[in-house]
Amino acid sequence: MAEVAEAAQPLLERATADELKHYYYQMLLIRRFEERAGEMYVKAKIGGYCHLNLGEEATIVGLMAALTQDDYIFTNYREHGYILARGVPPGPVMAELFGKETGVSGGRGGSMHLFDRKTNFMGGYAIVGGQVPLAVGAAYALRYQGKPGVVITQMGDGTTNIGAFYESLNLAKIWKCPVLFFIVNNGYGMGTSVEAGSSEPDLWKKGASFRIYGERVDGTDVLAVRDVVRRLRARAEAEGEPAIIDAVSFRFRGHSVIDADRYRDPEMVRRGRELYDPIRKFAALLLEHGVIDDAWLKSIADRVEREVQEAIDFANNSPDPKFEDLYKYMYATPVPNTPTAEDAIHAVKINHGEF
Amino acid sequence: MPVITYRQALNDTLGEELARDPNVLLMGEEIGLFQGSYRVTEGLLAEFGPKRVVDTPIAEEGFVGVAIGAAMLGLRPVVEIMTINFILVAIDQVVNHASKIHYMFGGQVSVPLVIRTPSGGTGQLAATHSQSFENWFAYCPGLKVVAPATPYDAKGLLRAAIRDDDPVIFIESLALYDTKGEVPEDSDYVVPIGVAEVKRKGTDVTVVSYSRMTAVALQVAQRMEQEGISVEVVDLRSLRPLDRPTIIESVKKTNRAVVIAEDWYSYGVTAEIAATIQEEAFDYLDAPVYRVAGLEVPLPYAKELSAASKPNANSLIYAIRQVLRGTKRLR
Ligand SMILES: Cc1ncc(C[n+]2csc(CCOP(=O)(O)OP(=O)(O)O)c2C)c(N)n1
Ligand SMILES: [Mg+2]
Repeated sequence: MAEVAEAAQPLLERATADELKHYYYQMLLIRRFEERAGEMYVKAKIGGYCHLNLGEEATIVGLMAALTQDDYIFTNYREHGYILARGVPPGPVMAELFGKETGVSGGRGGSMHLFDRKTNFMGGYAIVGGQVPLAVGAAYALRYQGKPGVVITQMGDGTTNIGAFYESLNLAKIWKCPVLFFIVNNGYGMGTSVEAGSSEPDLWKKGASFRIYGERVDGTDVLAVRDVVRRLRARAEAEGEPAIIDAVSFRFRGHSVIDADRYRDPEMVRRGRELYDPIRKFAALLLEHGVIDDAWLKSIADRVEREVQEAIDFANNSPDPKFEDLYKYMYATPVPNTPTAEDAIHAVKINHGEF
Repeated sequence: MPVITYRQALNDTLGEELARDPNVLLMGEEIGLFQGSYRVTEGLLAEFGPKRVVDTPIAEEGFVGVAIGAAMLGLRPVVEIMTINFILVAIDQVVNHASKIHYMFGGQVSVPLVIRTPSGGTGQLAATHSQSFENWFAYCPGLKVVAPATPYDAKGLLRAAIRDDDPVIFIESLALYDTKGEVPEDSDYVVPIGVAEVKRKGTDVTVVSYSRMTAVALQVAQRMEQEGISVEVVDLRSLRPLDRPTIIESVKKTNRAVVIAEDWYSYGVTAEIAATIQEEAFDYLDAPVYRVAGLEVPLPYAKELSAASKPNANSLIYAIRQVLRGTKRLR
């Protein structure tokens, strides 16, 4: 297996010290961003549903490290880490979670609906499976326009049970779309385990009847994830050959911040967090190879702490979207007989009892 | 009479119906092991086991279709769709199959199916998780659509729905689950499908509403009483069939009507009610019918924008004042 060959290489031939350090930094940034986002949710700074990437940091950073600027990414609603690892600064991401005008979606989308046009981060989607055909469509467009790049559709393990996934596999294959179906297999869709929900729990095999190649990877190993994505990405780009990647990790907490996780054995969860902590594992590896030392770890932890705090401060100090802008993004092409800014102001006054 | 929550009323009823009829079974995502996303099915897996309380994968089109097929052979599935937004994935099965089968096959087979699902938006759930689609189903002949506002009606209508031989869309509301009301013990009452109720008597204006907006209307009616305004609240309870006579009777008495619903204004439930009133009670009206509904945007996430886009007590008070003045609707 190619993966084994990749893993057999010496660490510093797989990545430079700077790259390794950068991966570590990104993983820690996601970790702390998510932990603090959880706190902000409890403080009611964040509303709606809020799903964290805790435990999935290596999956995310490995994936993003393999992509180029030409690539596009579509994700589900558990996507804070992806947009951060794609290079969007934490401030506007946190501001979106706070529902502020300075947020990446202008405060209109919230935690589940992040978007960044500049980095081809094509959105978080909160209807399970919704992003999958969209990504195939984006890949179709790349191919149609003869453009370089591939499209990633990230999705959860539970999402591989919905019809749209299978229709998308078929379409991607018959139309030779350069798309990777990237499954974040954290073992659960809400309270449903992979084994309970999927007749084929080896999710990477789910493309078999579509003649789509699949591979499983340790989603807590940032380099392993990066390497498999690189390899299958290159093939997708060159040959229009879609593939499935099944990246296995461990969900540290409940499904969303408000989920008390009552259906999982607390002892199992405690052990899982210990055994499958991608950050601790990666730190140990880098220390072992002398790439970093304890002082570096301390300085990077301080830097991340500061950056996340600055993101929170930025979000706190940002303005809310204006009422008069309620209808601002309704249509791309202006059209008569649609509500105006004045209509919005009038309606809001009534809603607020100012009459 | 014991006072229980709307959630408890539903939970009790599901348990009682499971115990009463071995053909009743529950199906849905996270209803068993997880105890229900909104805890409506809490405890039922433990009590009735996995044959009767069936956890499904995320496959709405599939399991809704499965439930319809099973119903054709005499099972009585009660399907939970986590929120109404996700039923869009399954709408083909509901509209093209469940609603048609009895009529299209000459009455040879029926579909005794209930689909329970919360509709509407609260708590910044944003554009894809805050929608109201009961009007889409109410539009479709062959379906029955109910939307109880109180624990009493929730229980009575759920019983009626489960015992009914046709597909019933049972609309709940996240914001109602924790509301409380009196529900009799040791009574096998049902609330008939297709019958509205005057929830509060009044003489100056009729407010027509259903589900959460009935709760808002009742609060507003109480407040307005202190201003000397007497509001009659007609709670539709069923959207299809629609109890037009009860609406019309009330409007003929008060001569003024406000219709409130949470869905979007254009083509929404309020339009149907307003049209009914002008057709059947035009000569009795002292003012144009006033409609209160959601602002027509994909619901923004930002807290204040989100809240301002949904109708509330203020919007209703404003509307009532407008019809009492007899003015036309201001834009
Ligand atoms: C069509 C649809 N059905 C149900 C839901 C509710 N829901 C949101 S997330 C989720 C679980 C998804 O699990 P998985 O794909 O494994 O992703 P994870 O949350 O683990 O990242 C469910 C059932 C939804 N959003 N959309
Ligand atoms: Mg999962």
